[in-house]
Amino acid sequence: MKFAIALLAGPQDPAARSALSFAQAVLAGGHQISRLFFYRDAVHLASSLAVQPQDEADLARQWREFIRDNQLDAVVCIAAALRRGVLNEAEAYRWERPAANSGEPWELSGLGQWVDAMQTADRAVTFGT
Amino acid sequence: MEPELKSLLVISRHSPTAAAAREALDLALAAAAFGVPAGMLFLDAGVLQLLKGQDPAVIQQKSLAANLQALPMFGVDDLFVCQHSLSERGLQPGQLMLPVKPVEGSEIATLLEHYDQVVTL
Repeated sequence: MKFAIALLAGPQDPAARSALSFAQAVLAGGHQISRLFFYRDAVHLASSLAVQPQDEADLARQWREFIRDNQLDAVVCIAAALRRGVLNEAEAYRWERPAANSGEPWELSGLGQWVDAMQTADRAVTFGT
Repeated sequence: MEPELKSLLVISRHSPTAAAAREALDLALAAAAFGVPAGMLFLDAGVLQLLKGQDPAVIQQKSLAANLQALPMFGVDDLFVCQHSLSERGLQPGQLMLPVKPVEGSEIATLLEHYDQVVTL
């Protein structure tokens, strides 16, 4: 079965962990993830600048490794990301910002990617409020 | 033949000053732009988005009115508002800016059943 998974909540919200656990269980169960979509505060997961205390879990890193290891399609809403200061090299250049804090494996793109993923997946699941 | 598109209900629960309100509208409009049969239900503080006579410029915010009014133009005709959420806030349907249909709890249950997919924002 093909799953489309969207996350709305930021790294500080337990929903960000639930979504990751769910996504891992989907793959472990022999299903596929057609797309991950990060909207609203979840775009902060795509920032490479957050630093966690050494004895605390680094959820952004866990997501990044999960996406890389499984070569998943991970789309971050570009409008939500720009508003919150999550920029890849291309956007930092376009908006003349001094630095980029996002990049591979995350892709910045539009809401249409979520709409499309919901249409083509067998199951569309959203985490966070 | 084109496969039939799955219908989508976007439930908007946040007050007009929250970024989440705009982000819920954006999803409904994006879905409609793709030809997805989409509806919106305004629930909880989300009903305040519909209140006429707001002046968000006073707090340096952009008005949601243009986006709300774009809904019917983009084909998002099925607009619902939770009657209970209105009553809780002392509001009447006549104070709202769009032709929205007030729905009771049991009708909301029917709505959730009717749509293929539901996203709460």
